[in-house]
Amino acid sequence: MSTSPLMDLRHLDFLLYELLQIEQLTQYPRFNEHSRETFEAVIDLAHQLAETQFLPHNRKSDLNEPRMVDGKVVLIAEIGAALDAFNQAGFMAVLADYDDGGMQLPFVISSVCDALFSAANPSTVAYPALARAAANLLHVYGTEEQKRLYMLPIIEGRYYGTMCLSEPQAGSSLADIKCQAQPQADGSYRLTGAKMWISAGDHELGENIVHLVLARISGAPEGVRGISLFIVPRWRVNADGSRTERNDVTLAGLNHKMGQRGSVNTFLKFGEQGDCHAYLVGEPHQGLAHMFHMMNEERIGVGMGAVQQGSAGYLYSLQYARERRQGRHPDQKDPATPPVLLIEHADVRRMLLQQKCYVEGAQALGFYAAMLVDQALDPDKNVRRESHLLLELLTPIIKAWGSDYALRANDLAIQILGGYGYTREYPVEQYYRDNRINPIHEGTNGIQALDLLGRKAMMQDGAALQALFKRMAASAQQAAQLEGLDGFAAQLLSGIKLAGEVTAATGQRMLAGEARLALANATHYMTMLGHLTIAWFWLQQAMIAQRALPDANAADVDFYQGKLQACRFFFATELPQIKHLAELVGDADQSALAMRAEWF
Amino acid sequence: MKVLVFIKRVVDYNVRVKVRPDGSGVDTDGVKMSINPFDEIALEEALRMREAGQADEVIVVSAGTSDCQQQLRTGLAMGADRAIQIDTDKPLQPLTAARAFQALVEQQQPGVVLLGKQAIDDDNNQTGQMLAALWGRPQATNAAKIELSGDTARVTREVDAGLEVLDIDLPAVITTDLRLNTPRFVKLPDIMKAKKKPLDVVALDGLVSDAGNDLKIGNWSPPPQRGKGIMVDDVAGLVTELKSRGLL
Ligand SMILES: Cc1cc2nc3c(=O)[nH]c(=O)nc-3n(C[C@H](O)[C@H](O)[C@H](O)COP(=O)(O)OP(=O)(O)OC[C@H]3O[C@@H](n4cnc5c(N)ncnc54)[C@H](O)[C@@H]3O)c2cc1C
Repeated sequence: MSTSPLMDLRHLDFLLYELLQIEQLTQYPRFNEHSRETFEAVIDLAHQLAETQFLPHNRKSDLNEPRMVDGKVVLIAEIGAALDAFNQAGFMAVLADYDDGGMQLPFVISSVCDALFSAANPSTVAYPALARAAANLLHVYGTEEQKRLYMLPIIEGRYYGTMCLSEPQAGSSLADIKCQAQPQADGSYRLTGAKMWISAGDHELGENIVHLVLARISGAPEGVRGISLFIVPRWRVNADGSRTERNDVTLAGLNHKMGQRGSVNTFLKFGEQGDCHAYLVGEPHQGLAHMFHMMNEERIGVGMGAVQQGSAGYLYSLQYARERRQGRHPDQKDPATPPVLLIEHADVRRMLLQQKCYVEGAQALGFYAAMLVDQALDPDKNVRRESHLLLELLTPIIKAWGSDYALRANDLAIQILGGYGYTREYPVEQYYRDNRINPIHEGTNGIQALDLLGRKAMMQDGAALQALFKRMAASAQQAAQLEGLDGFAAQLLSGIKLAGEVTAATGQRMLAGEARLALANATHYMTMLGHLTIAWFWLQQAMIAQRALPDANAADVDFYQGKLQACRFFFATELPQIKHLAELVGDADQSALAMRAEWF
Repeated sequence: MKVLVFIKRVVDYNVRVKVRPDGSGVDTDGVKMSINPFDEIALEEALRMREAGQADEVIVVSAGTSDCQQQLRTGLAMGADRAIQIDTDKPLQPLTAARAFQALVEQQQPGVVLLGKQAIDDDNNQTGQMLAALWGRPQATNAAKIELSGDTARVTREVDAGLEVLDIDLPAVITTDLRLNTPRFVKLPDIMKAKKKPLDVVALDGLVSDAGNDLKIGNWSPPPQRGKGIMVDDVAGLVTELKSRGLL
């Protein structure tokens, strides 16, 4: 049984070493100094820091929102202390090259560490997560000087970073952003405009903040083809790296959020005095493409962050259900008998199983995708190509399905605690509020669904979908040989067929110029393909469990039986839902599209 | 001066242990294992001695199967210079451990030997004392503060009546208490460095001729479940109740 409030550690080992067999990654030259031993030591340390430095102030952050005092952001002191420990341990540099002082660890290990930190405290981990995203972008597109001045100090934990895309009038539609950049004789730019919703946009945690800002160079084409990416330091920096005067970036206000209150969310104004220095990153007009280069990693991070809130709620409600007694079974009405534990009730078991299926299924998918990122280093061109295709397809699913269903898990955790779950004396209501952002940011789930159906499923004549179906079918073939799993294998195969058919029907409609109709049910498509993918991961887990059971020790017998039962539950109660969803997509149901604004 | 630190691999303090149904011991299958927290404090103190220039080598030692190399590597990542595993597949009782440690201490000739005051698995609080007696050197247990000067050490001990200060000659055995220090977190790059530090393995029977345990363990059982409480009306009722149970 798990003794960590952050994650079931037996399940984590199962995912990494039994399902994904991540030791294979040490064959790549980049990782060949690593071994299971270092992976375990790193994960262990992350767990230790998460539990002792991040978890204890999760509630306090929620109760003490960041405030603006004399134009400065004031955070509770524990956030800075936790991040100092994080930086000193070297977690800012897990992915970075040895030459840059990094650990050169696989992305999947970094994802596991992030998962532990975000289960402990999603708002505190947002600061280093954003900084690392900025450093990653500079690593790929920055000049040597930009890397030295802005990337290295982030890796060293001295500077923080932000991602400034959204504007008040342009959230989902970045084509409409207005920030302007005027070229200067010295090659730099002067930026003007406003950015909304900027997480970690202003604070005193480090020496400087590196804003990565999307803006239009004057005279640039309209739409997404006219957007460029800029470095805007909060403090200007000399060529020798020393900090000089404040740049013209103003904190215009704070947004007061439902959850994740410890991560400050800001409205920023650039160039109010006409003196906001900005430096182009990469090619002009390629800003959005550059930004999206890192998006797979970021979106896996958001999806997994969501799933980890789901996990925290699942583990909490599981423990609660094992301890609270209430009521009796329907066939035991005698009040003289002691009340049973909540976990004895079939309906409570349903709610626990739903959470287990959503959380553990999505964790399997998320770490699988993280490993696909690492497989970009594979020597075999075909492996690289296929991993890339799969990653493109699976990323929106992790982000959107993961955050939708992790939120359902949080909802069920509250339900299991009953009235207590609805109070602030218990942590599950905060998990729900903290998690509610995840379907919204990094591209709303509605936008993710359009991306999945309209682009990813269609791209290269459906090559990504075919690659996924091929792997699913291979698992089904193996499962068909195992006692008790053959029925699930058949169910998965018919799901693949169905999904293929409705994707083809959608493709036909798009070719016929009916994109609006074809994509009207994109969210249903997301749920369908998400459920099918998660079913595949449950079947894989069940296969491993089935094979391991004969030689398992007592504790593992329970663990593997749990995997098999969760698989049965998912195939009995969840997977069959895709049939209905497939009908809506395949027949291009018009009931929403045909509604009119004036009829509401 | 060398500092020798003995660290034990134990079930992590967060784990709720369960007795095996057949009463043969505690179930450790798939359970998280860690360095005994008191030993971690001992190691931290040794590292601080080295950082203060009072010691030049810190050696971590653990007795057990190759599994305890995981804890030794953690010790190396924290900063120990090298490690020794005393290889044995038997759980060691305090006296056997102390005999093996004595042999190793005589080989290595440390100026200070540090151990936790007790291990959180069996809670014996004996090994340090036995080691000092076998070795014929001074001991100071339950240290809350250690100050080295030349060939003596001033150790502040936590005792029931408060604090006791001992001056002892070195070499000596010092066992560490909870308030001595807060152990550092490992740094990630040090995990990589630890892989390259020396870790020697010596066989238990190469150190002690008769490595058999002297105590026979009969049976393990969980503590009895707490009984139901009763409500008393007033203080007098409470006193009567306590007396009737022979508790007062
Ligand atoms: C806490 C928080 C942190 C954030 N952090 C950052 C940050 O650090 N940096 C940053 O740049 N941004 C950040 N954002 C902004 C976030 O990415 C946007 O809120 C998000 O992209 C949605 O934009 P919007 O709020 O303008 O909503 P809108 O775009 O107005 O969307 C409203 C609704 O309409 C739907 N919709 C919109 N367009 C379409 C369409 N074409 N088809 C179908 N449905 C559509 C959406 O799915 C959504 O349900 C953050 C937001 C929040 C709340």
